Amino acid sequence: MEMRAVYAQCLGELMEQDEKICLLDADLSKASGTRGLYDRFPDRTFNCGIAEQNMASVAAGLASYGFKPWIESFAPFATRRICDQITLSIAYAGRNVKIVGTDPGITAELNGGTHMSFEDISVVRAIPGMVIFEPVDEVQLRAAMPVLNAYEGCLYLRLARKEMPRVFGDDYRFDLFRADTLREGSDVTVLTSGYPTADVLAVAEELAGEGLSCHVVNVHTIKPIDRETVVAAARKTGVAVTVENHNVIGGLHSAVLEALAHERIPVYAVGIEDRFGEVGKLPYLRQAMGLTPEHIKAVIKEAASAK
Amino acid sequence: MQEDLKALCRDLRCDIMTAIGHLGVGHAGGSLSIVELLAVLYFKEMHIDPARPDMPGRDRFICSKGHAGPAVYAALARRGYFPRDLLMTLNQGGTSLPSHCDMLRTPGIDMTTGSLGQGFSCAVGVALGSRLAGDGATVYTVIGDGESQEGQIWEAAMLAGNKHLDNLIAFTDYNKLQIDDPVALINDIAPLGAKWRAFGWHVIEVEDGNDVDQVAQAVALAKRNRGSGKPTMVILHTVKGCGVSFIIERGCGNHNTKVTEEEARRAVAEIRGEA
Repeated sequence: MEMRAVYAQCLGELMEQDEKICLLDADLSKASGTRGLYDRFPDRTFNCGIAEQNMASVAAGLASYGFKPWIESFAPFATRRICDQITLSIAYAGRNVKIVGTDPGITAELNGGTHMSFEDISVVRAIPGMVIFEPVDEVQLRAAMPVLNAYEGCLYLRLARKEMPRVFGDDYRFDLFRADTLREGSDVTVLTSGYPTADVLAVAEELAGEGLSCHVVNVHTIKPIDRETVVAAARKTGVAVTVENHNVIGGLHSAVLEALAHERIPVYAVGIEDRFGEVGKLPYLRQAMGLTPEHIKAVIKEAASAK
Repeated sequence: MQEDLKALCRDLRCDIMTAIGHLGVGHAGGSLSIVELLAVLYFKEMHIDPARPDMPGRDRFICSKGHAGPAVYAALARRGYFPRDLLMTLNQGGTSLPSHCDMLRTPGIDMTTGSLGQGFSCAVGVALGSRLAGDGATVYTVIGDGESQEGQIWEAAMLAGNKHLDNLIAFTDYNKLQIDDPVALINDIAPLGAKWRAFGWHVIEVEDGNDVDQVAQAVALAKRNRGSGKPTMVILHTVKGCGVSFIIERGCGNHNTKVTEEEARRAVAEIRGEA
């Protein structure tokens, strides 16, 4: 299933159970997969029109009335465009609002550079108290949705809209504040989130065949980062690589560096090298932005040889 | 509760000037201009209980021009939300009365404001929330005239009109001055009433927004619009710094201005008619 369909289905189920949940859009409910919720819950869905700033502050107002608003837009408009509204109306005012940014990073594909957020995590991470969660696949998203709704506070859900390769099995148990170890290994620690995770696992499998053992951790919650798991994983191999669909400045790489600041452990980065996006399909964009499995593999090997 | 609203307005002005004078600096102009509005809302119209600042179903007031915190604090103190002594901690480190309104710090503050344009949007969200909850509350909010240059104000105005929020009564503190220059010189907002009407609002113009009787009459009129399917904008033509001549004389400079304790004493004497 597409991630947006899973998200909309889960949100619909939650709205059935929890009458406090409201949904707000800025003319992208169809893109987010939630258009159907407007028919099912006409009282608790508000399409604010193309006015993201207003949507964010209106959500804060609803939250001050005890409602639990979820607001949606493409990732850049759900974050950088409304950074001040998130910061003041929502976070500084301590409002319980969920912010959903879709099509993060290169998954924006044909919408191109204007819609391709490589900075959204960085923007949101700088706001005190924010939680940032980026799901890998539908299993993780399904497990997470009730937990996200139950979390009282301001949270950013960085959501790919399209179908994502399955990473987790049906027995998956989700903890919002605990990173998931996907593969035990001894040579190199690889920390990743969201879109590149399946590629990282495939690369780790290939490398195992070549005699290199990867320890792979899915850091689904980038803030607050699970320092304990990240530090233990990095110590285990003595070298780490971060892989992310985001600028290497301000995102997962930075969060991991901060967590490992007192460790003498080198950390290599795979991610967007401080540049803007552009139009293209995923195969082109992965190549152009340095997110191919080949590149991930090369960096992991470089990290292993540097030990 | 004080029955004589004119006397109350004098008290509020004295409290504002004394608090700002104690600190030495503050947003005097835009605090003094909304005193009559606060007197009418907090002491005549709003269904609130100072002993229960979080009372469900209470009417709400959102000061979107968050820098008028000193005026709101003076009203809250006189209304019994906290002791008046607390006003002397205004804007000092560790205070519960920061320069701009903060709902997490101050009992009685219904929304955190300060980044202009946002409080008004929040008020629209609160009005939607009240309607959804079906509690019959009225949501009041005041925006600045300079603040009306923010695009977010008009995003929210459009939504409130289209959502038929007749439980929302907004005010514009139309004192004609902003920090750098008169509003009309910088980026004029006139014709203001026509703009709000075009966005689907009732508009009531109050010729003298610093005449408490005129303000009271306008609010009573605005409340009658409930059930009409339209929110109401009450445009208050006010004087920035009203009641204190040396503050008025500073013109645009009175937005955030130095006030010594001696000046505060002079202001109090003038307000009390002793000068």
